[in-house]
Amino acid sequence: MNALEVADIHVTYDKQPALEHVSFHVPQGSLTGIIGPNGAGKSTLIKAILQLIPKLSGDVTVYGQPLKEQRKRIGYVPQRSEVDWDFPTNALDVVLMGRYGHIGMFKRVKKKDKAFAMECLAKVGMEEYADRQISQLSGGQQQRVFLARAIAQDASIYFMDEPFAGVDAATEKTIIELLKEWKEEGRTVLVVHHDLQTVRSYFDYCLLLNKTPVAFGPTAESFSLENLEATYGGKLALLSQNASLQEIGV
Amino acid sequence: MTYAGWILLTGILVGVTCGMIGALLVLRKMAMIADAISHTVLLGIVLAFFVTQSLNGLPMLIGAGLIGLLTAFLVQWLDSSGVQSGAAIGVVFTSLFALGVVLLSFVGDGVHLDVQHALMGQISYVPWNTWSLGGINLGPKAVWLLGGVLLLNIVTILLFYKELKVSTFDPKLAASMGIPIVFLHYLLMSLVSFSTVASFDSVGAILVVAMLIVPGATAYLLTDRFGFMIILSACLGALAAVMGYGLGVWLDVSIAGAMATSCGILFALAFLFSPRQGVVTKWWNRKVLKESVNHP
Repeated sequence: MNALEVADIHVTYDKQPALEHVSFHVPQGSLTGIIGPNGAGKSTLIKAILQLIPKLSGDVTVYGQPLKEQRKRIGYVPQRSEVDWDFPTNALDVVLMGRYGHIGMFKRVKKKDKAFAMECLAKVGMEEYADRQISQLSGGQQQRVFLARAIAQDASIYFMDEPFAGVDAATEKTIIELLKEWKEEGRTVLVVHHDLQTVRSYFDYCLLLNKTPVAFGPTAESFSLENLEATYGGKLALLSQNASLQEIGV
Repeated sequence: MTYAGWILLTGILVGVTCGMIGALLVLRKMAMIADAISHTVLLGIVLAFFVTQSLNGLPMLIGAGLIGLLTAFLVQWLDSSGVQSGAAIGVVFTSLFALGVVLLSFVGDGVHLDVQHALMGQISYVPWNTWSLGGINLGPKAVWLLGGVLLLNIVTILLFYKELKVSTFDPKLAASMGIPIVFLHYLLMSLVSFSTVASFDSVGAILVVAMLIVPGATAYLLTDRFGFMIILSACLGALAAVMGYGLGVWLDVSIAGAMATSCGILFALAFLFSPRQGVVTKWWNRKVLKESVNHP
């Protein structure tokens, strides 16, 4: 069964097309990397799928139903830079926010919700920081709090926007272990990803995107030199100065 | 209750009502929207007067609520149509406020509504404008209006506490969960409008901005808990009202002005001496640290 089906999404910003003819479908229990140069519309795609921004046209179905009916099964991890970390709250509270969808409107947070949020923090090695004001956490710790919040959402399908950006090696390892665990549990994960060197080892499927999909399919097939060149154009030469193409694995 | 007692109670109610809403505005980085709404509600009040030919509380609340929402909507619309957000607020706020001022000049002389009053408020007149039911004097109308709006604010914040928190901290996550963030935005804008109107009589359009924003900004410096910040902001508003009343009577100056000034004084104290973020505190901590490094 397909966890996600995206049919012909179009998005424009001030008349400029941001996404055109985006269609793909992701099988359940898979890890998909969304790859492309800056400005390719990777974050925009996730936001359009989740209806956080208006789209010109296109249909999204999640586990065979319209997105609206499946909100509780969806987990979202925005880019770390999208929220104000000076907000007056602590790590546990941020994780609890992941439970709000399940708790429902007009209901209060209960003890069992707090206990569950603590378990989620422990899972990413952050239980000692539960009471810590979030601005006093390092970048990697903040990302772990976001991960714990995603665990708390207990979703069937996750959308993660650059979770690996600017994190330390230990946090990166925690994230990838968590992704693999989710996959084992049959959950589906889509990740906006930047680091070409890790694509092959991290993701089963790969969507190469530059305003429109260049390729989609199992990583072994879609993540090819030819497709990368088509996606990145001349920028691939710049990228490959830092990492040789053998390292990337194409 | 005595004349002084009513003024003090009115001031405290203004402080608490505006303070708790203000905390949310500060966190949502919407202080300037509050500034705009506090002025444009004048138009709502004048329009409500034209329709009902009276200065009764409920029509004024409705008029102000509608114009407040219109203000918020127009700002959002201009903003998303490519006008700079600061300019969008400036354009909407001055146009609607000016329209209110123009219409105000058509209001007869005998009516207790004029520009001076609208801008500065007249808290010292509040105790005279009472509400009586069946011959029984129930106290000043302003107190009832403020009390009603305060109750509405408290109930709304309690009902939507979780949703307000998550949509303030991480609106995208909130939206992805299906939390109606647009509804919450306009709900909050309505509360700002109601709070402004209820405070209008006492402190006027300009000083109500102080009561809305400054206690919230002060509380932000003093706590790192969301819920506590709302409560603290309300308490700071009340404290500023009491200080302002004392100052006003002692120095024989405008009580509303002294209340707003007190807000400023409390903010300055927090800015300098807040335990974690105070400028002086930080300087002192650095100094102590430096000495301990130099002379271990």
